[in-house]
Amino acid sequence: MVAPVTSPSFKANASQALANAQLQSVLSGMREGFAARRREAAGQLPEFEALRDSARDIKHHTLAHLDLYLERYVDTVTASGGQVHFARDAAEARAIITSLCQSLDAKTVTKGKSMIAEEIGLNDHLEQAGIVPVETDLGEYIIQLRHEMPSHIIGPALHLSAKQIEADFRRVHTDLPRDRDLSQPATLLAEARQVLRQRFLAADVGITGANFLIAETGTSVIVTNEGNGDLTQTLPKAHIVLASIEKVVPTLEDCAQLLRVLARSATGQEISVYTTFSTGPRRPDDVDGPGAYHVVLLDNGRSAMLGTSFRDVLSCIRCGACMNHCPIYESIGGHAYGWVYPGPIGAVLTPSLIGVDKAAHLPNASTFCGRCEEVCPVRIPLPKLMRHWREREFERHLTPAATRSGLAFWAFFAKRPRLYRLVTRAAMGMLAYAGRARGRFRRLPFAGGWTEYRDLPAPEGATFQARWRGERGGRA
Amino acid sequence: MSSGRDEILSNIRRSLGVSGREAPRRAAVDERLKRAAPGIVPQRGDVTGTERIALFRRYAEAVQATVALVAGAADVPLAVAAYLRDQNLPATVRMGDDPRLAAMPWQETALAVAVGPSAGGDLNAVSHAYAGVAETGTLVMVSGHANPTTLNFLPDNHVVVLDARDLVGHYEDVWARLRGVEMPRTVNWITGPSRSADIERTLLLGAHGPRRLHVVVIAGPSAPLTSA
Repeated sequence: MVAPVTSPSFKANASQALANAQLQSVLSGMREGFAARRREAAGQLPEFEALRDSARDIKHHTLAHLDLYLERYVDTVTASGGQVHFARDAAEARAIITSLCQSLDAKTVTKGKSMIAEEIGLNDHLEQAGIVPVETDLGEYIIQLRHEMPSHIIGPALHLSAKQIEADFRRVHTDLPRDRDLSQPATLLAEARQVLRQRFLAADVGITGANFLIAETGTSVIVTNEGNGDLTQTLPKAHIVLASIEKVVPTLEDCAQLLRVLARSATGQEISVYTTFSTGPRRPDDVDGPGAYHVVLLDNGRSAMLGTSFRDVLSCIRCGACMNHCPIYESIGGHAYGWVYPGPIGAVLTPSLIGVDKAAHLPNASTFCGRCEEVCPVRIPLPKLMRHWREREFERHLTPAATRSGLAFWAFFAKRPRLYRLVTRAAMGMLAYAGRARGRFRRLPFAGGWTEYRDLPAPEGATFQARWRGERGGRA
Repeated sequence: MSSGRDEILSNIRRSLGVSGREAPRRAAVDERLKRAAPGIVPQRGDVTGTERIALFRRYAEAVQATVALVAGAADVPLAVAAYLRDQNLPATVRMGDDPRLAAMPWQETALAVAVGPSAGGDLNAVSHAYAGVAETGTLVMVSGHANPTTLNFLPDNHVVVLDARDLVGHYEDVWARLRGVEMPRTVNWITGPSRSADIERTLLLGAHGPRRLHVVVIAGPSAPLTSA
């Protein structure tokens, strides 16, 4: 079992999101902000496109040699005094982490932002084991108070207004004065800082994700702007890194290449405020730092993905640029996707991780405008991969009967070109005649799904094929 | 969990259609790890001397760090005291036992200096940077008793001393320097003070780490000194 899934009701989720005025007002400001900043950051670095090629090549090389780099990574972590634990699936990862926490007698754990922790539903599991997990990334903290999933991989609470957050803080921080001012984002942040500072100092174990794992040195790398990940991993008795197997890269230099495209693609920053390279536990002459250092490496279907046409998805460095530039995400936000990973990357990753039977709607949630691929720092061909999922969905007979029979009907004609031309010419003629008065149709038999939201323009001339032949004939 | 390890590695090998014993694959990996090739390195870091300091400063200030230049190490304590006074902050600092910091004339100031890691009760910390990277105005800190990691994150105000001789153009120059020694437990790249934009995308400083980041660059006697 993994984090709860509502992807099968994607269509209903999307309708609700479209009708949610508060969400719509938040989303409307979001895309242009992110997109403009990325554009500016990319424009300021002449080598940006070359760095994207370099980043893609590093990921491709590493994935093609993943077994060997993982072996090397385990060796270097062990040599630096850390321990690596392999987890085949979510349940195994949760069990390993829970037993590590129990062996350290942990009452509370602080957590840096980790999409893998969301993927395996770690918090609920820790709570059931009597261990209190505290999210420390501001956005993650807020959605933890609300028992929600992140709506965006780098801005988990961007779907909320300051008013909603104020209400949550008043509901949960009951030991603070009731008449305190929480009317501004700044006062909300100050309160979260004050509350979480105590949690950092009290925690027994700190759990972070990893943006990269470096095979050469056995190093885990986290990137934050808040500094929460660093307080999470520096102060407690033990640091547990939770990461998926594809996060490994060969060298420190390779990591620097990827870091140069990560922040610029994500937030338009030249680099995030804190980039932290952690290698093993506290050394003999250290005066601070965690006494133990564990890495839990999660597979959860990824080793199988390597052998499929979806291998490129494993290049993803989780910057969020694809969702920041997606017209579907901009319209419905992240929660409608119904699981941990939203946006175009979610549309290709989710079916792999939870099954295409549950996530079949997601690869269909695309206009194929191609912007996600245009901005992806590691050049993942997201539209192509969404098409692959659509083909599989059709092959596995998951497509609704009406769609299937419609496609079969069309295929009958498409395979008979002369008949196709004859029928389309006749149909265009009829539609043009029927629509000659208004130039458009407000209702049309068998096209209710289309005409419910917009009119269908009436054809005015010949079919496309006829015109194409005419144009080409004219030029030849 | 060796069974998990074996199963995952053999799954990967099945997917890749390899056994793991192929000599060319192993050689490719060994070679890549040994060469540690730099890849694409932005030209903008290819500057030296005062230009490099200026580039560092430009990018650090663009993300709300403040930068002051002094001629020599002996001028650092006065610069730190002046900064705290200008910001209306108490004249107390905590630092590690870095010999470069210990050799500075703190007694010439009215600053109360505490030494050791932070337990969370300190307003101001002073650290000595391992290096600076001009490319993005980034400070590079390494863990250890000389400059405890807690000082980078717990205090409200962080003053970092950077010797211009440790200022390099690119990230790769730092790796080249570190490769000769044991990889420190923690290497912190710090670029500006802590921030968050998680509430309605409003950018706010001082999320969990320091609210202010001030860099004192020891620029050398020949460098043109400018105030922040």
